[in-house]
Amino acid sequence: MAKTVVAGNHGGDIRSDCQVELTLSDRGGLRIDLDSKVDVLFGRHIRQLIAEILVFFSIKHAKVVVRDSGALDFVIAARMEAAIKKLVPSEKEYLLPPKINCAQQRGREARRCTRLYLPGNTPKMMINAGLHKPDGIILDLEDSVAPEKKDEARLLVRNALTQVDFYGAERMVRINRLPYGLDDLGYVVPHYVQVILIPKCEDGQQVHQVNKKINEISQSLQQPGEIFIMPILESALGIENAFAIAGAAGNVIALAIGLEDLTADLGVTRTREGKESLYARTRLVNACKAAGILAFDSVFSDTSDEEGLVQAVRESKSLGFNGMGCIHPRQIKAVLNGYLPDSEEIRKAVKIMLAWEEAQASGKAVVALGTKMIDAPVVKQAIRIIEEAVDAGLLPVTWREEHD
Amino acid sequence: MTEQVMNINAAGRTVPAMVNDSPAIPYQGVGKYSPQGNKKAPHIRTCIDFPHDGDKRVVSLKEALVKCGLKDGMTISTHHHFRNGDLLANKVFDIAHEMGIKELIWFPSASFPCHRHLIPYLKDGTIHHIEGSMNGPLGKFTSEGGMKGTGVLRSHGGRYQAIQDGEINIDIAVIGAGCADSFGNANGLYGPSASGLLGFALADAQYADKVIVVTDNMIDFPCVPWQIQGNYVDYTVEMEGIGNPEEIVSGTTRITSSPDRLYLAELTAKFCEVTGIIHDGFSFQSGAGGTSLAVGEFFRKIMKEKGIKARFARGGSNRYLVSMLEEGLIDYLLDGQTFDLEGVQSMAENDHHVWTSPFTSYNYHGKGNFAGMVDVVILGATEIDINFNGNVVTHSDGCLQHGLGGWQNCLFSKNVIIPVPLFRDRIPVITDEVTTLCGPGELIDVVVTERGIAINPLRQDLADKVKGSGLPVRTLEDLMNEARAICGTPVKPGFTDKTVAIVKWVDGTVIDQVRQLAV
Repeated sequence: MAKTVVAGNHGGDIRSDCQVELTLSDRGGLRIDLDSKVDVLFGRHIRQLIAEILVFFSIKHAKVVVRDSGALDFVIAARMEAAIKKLVPSEKEYLLPPKINCAQQRGREARRCTRLYLPGNTPKMMINAGLHKPDGIILDLEDSVAPEKKDEARLLVRNALTQVDFYGAERMVRINRLPYGLDDLGYVVPHYVQVILIPKCEDGQQVHQVNKKINEISQSLQQPGEIFIMPILESALGIENAFAIAGAAGNVIALAIGLEDLTADLGVTRTREGKESLYARTRLVNACKAAGILAFDSVFSDTSDEEGLVQAVRESKSLGFNGMGCIHPRQIKAVLNGYLPDSEEIRKAVKIMLAWEEAQASGKAVVALGTKMIDAPVVKQAIRIIEEAVDAGLLPVTWREEHD
Repeated sequence: MTEQVMNINAAGRTVPAMVNDSPAIPYQGVGKYSPQGNKKAPHIRTCIDFPHDGDKRVVSLKEALVKCGLKDGMTISTHHHFRNGDLLANKVFDIAHEMGIKELIWFPSASFPCHRHLIPYLKDGTIHHIEGSMNGPLGKFTSEGGMKGTGVLRSHGGRYQAIQDGEINIDIAVIGAGCADSFGNANGLYGPSASGLLGFALADAQYADKVIVVTDNMIDFPCVPWQIQGNYVDYTVEMEGIGNPEEIVSGTTRITSSPDRLYLAELTAKFCEVTGIIHDGFSFQSGAGGTSLAVGEFFRKIMKEKGIKARFARGGSNRYLVSMLEEGLIDYLLDGQTFDLEGVQSMAENDHHVWTSPFTSYNYHGKGNFAGMVDVVILGATEIDINFNGNVVTHSDGCLQHGLGGWQNCLFSKNVIIPVPLFRDRIPVITDEVTTLCGPGELIDVVVTERGIAINPLRQDLADKVKGSGLPVRTLEDLMNEARAICGTPVKPGFTDKTVAIVKWVDGTVIDQVRQLAV
């Protein structure tokens, strides 16, 4: 009896996905059995794609049953490849020509305040994710993917990186915990991933391991882009090593904290006030600032609690964090608005800058605004706030003229 | 078989000249068709022929149907106040089938998936065809060519028009009511099968040859308010099992939690804010679908922030509109259909929650109607084409799926806005040409998609108002091309030459046909 394998998902509330059931045989050619809600519209095209992929992997005799709930080509291709590779190990990859401008890079200084997590094996959430305008999209291979689905998620994420337009959001991938996660890199580094998130990172050595692997893979690429690293610290040991991790390599651009695992590691219950993690959070912020990189806070897990989120962001900002992961698109706006400077901060910063520039021009050594002295750190802060505000469109580029 | 004679109507669509052996007038354009003559009048009735004490009860629905003279070829009307919980229409045809009656015409105000029960009767000839709507399983059955006659799709307003100008003669109207007295006064406000109002049965009560009121909640005279007046009623029946309460007011009127739909709703509300459509004293109508409900909620937010009140809202009433009424954000709620228990309760208790009917709201043969008074209506669609034409009855795969409801009638609102996704699970919504034309593009002002807002070139005033707002305005063609870049270009469905249904415009003319799916 020939072995039958299954990849992908079907049934229940699953949409934009498909399930491939593949049985190899010795003769009889290719039998493609497509059950699709878009059969009338795309049936012929889908059958052609399936046949093409089978031929690509040199499969001449097989029965394929595809149950389709409106999957796009990149999804069908990933599911087909996953099923085939369960039966026929192959180094070959079935790659669709990139659909988007993959060379677009965000650069080191880009805003990364809001990053939307997407489960790496759920295509329906990927297609419109960029519309919600997060700074980054994190295609997650780790906690949101069931262990038995890891292989197929890698292929789906690989395809999504070049096929889904995230409308300018930075393409990020959270790999699995090391060392297993090192194997994920082969699926994403050649496909224009821009940021790698290392979960449960505990020391700088792990950053080196990831970078070494990235470099190995990049050597065979024609135009390797710069890939940034964002370690997530989720253990007591990770927190203790925060500064070393932050400075482990030049491409580490931020640290993030993961409080679910951290509180478990500490043996405490995670509370809304967060007293139990205050030390870890401030330590991480301090390490980041010392290393000159950004600090990102843990996600806010109650997606229905809008006010709670606003409150959490306010506290987080006051501790020095620069952003927060989002687990639902509706969180993005609240998170961004919370971390951006508020109108009072902007007003003050503008006043300070104008006073400072006027003093500079007239050669005064000491500058005061009202009764308060303005010194270098105050100016530095004001410059940062104005830059952020201009960047976010909260302040016109011509703010000097408008305030004259 | 004789060759079918076809006409090309004013929208350029090919439509049959004869439908179910009667001539059908091709669509002539918006506001062009004005029939002359008299309205249909029911037979003269005399009170001396009815029980002197007003007690019109008979022991069973079957006896009532027999007394009404149920026979082959009659037109039987029922109503969709019980929505997907309707058991009554199914029972009427169970009885007809049992009596061996054939060739009936079913004239429902709408059909639901629960009516798949009737498919065997469509197959065996108990029912010849449906004039009303063919939803879900009935739609599929029709599209596959299973129905003996040709289905006729009408809007809620068009249904009233067809009754009034005699296009349809209802032989027996069977009106299910949440509450009634033995004289036939009835309403939908109380009892286990409470549905809110009975507006869709109003024309039937006034014009049908025979009228039966069926209730599972017979109370002593008087049943007030009498949404249906007993003076129109021939027989009353008390029986169990006319509706499934959980499906009548399903309680499923919940705002969508889909981030994409919420985004669409937010964009729609923003558009209405920026263009000043939301202004003090304005009026709006939005449906009970998840996205429409969400638009209402974003309206609420904007209205609260800006201190704006609406003079009236038209519904589809539901808990969200009711709470806006109670908060004082809306002066009056003009309700055409009640979707949840909060709506039913509010209608019973709040005199600013007023019941309406297709006569007040949409009727073509009235001296005006409410549709044109509404500042903005938010509607759905299965397809919109690059010329703003809309389809609500078939999907791009050619299969009949939905009825027209009040959709066509609502197109006469001052601003018609259709929030739709560019595609649904690869099924295109923005297309080059609608599969079935239900609403002409000249009446559709704005199409809001998650990837951009298209404004009808006829509405330069709206285009001017959004300038500089930062809202993503694009052409429909541009949006369609993006959809195709993402999903691919779909193949058109194949059809045979057989007309399985026609789509009526609000004036009774034929705007398009639905053809049988090729296998």
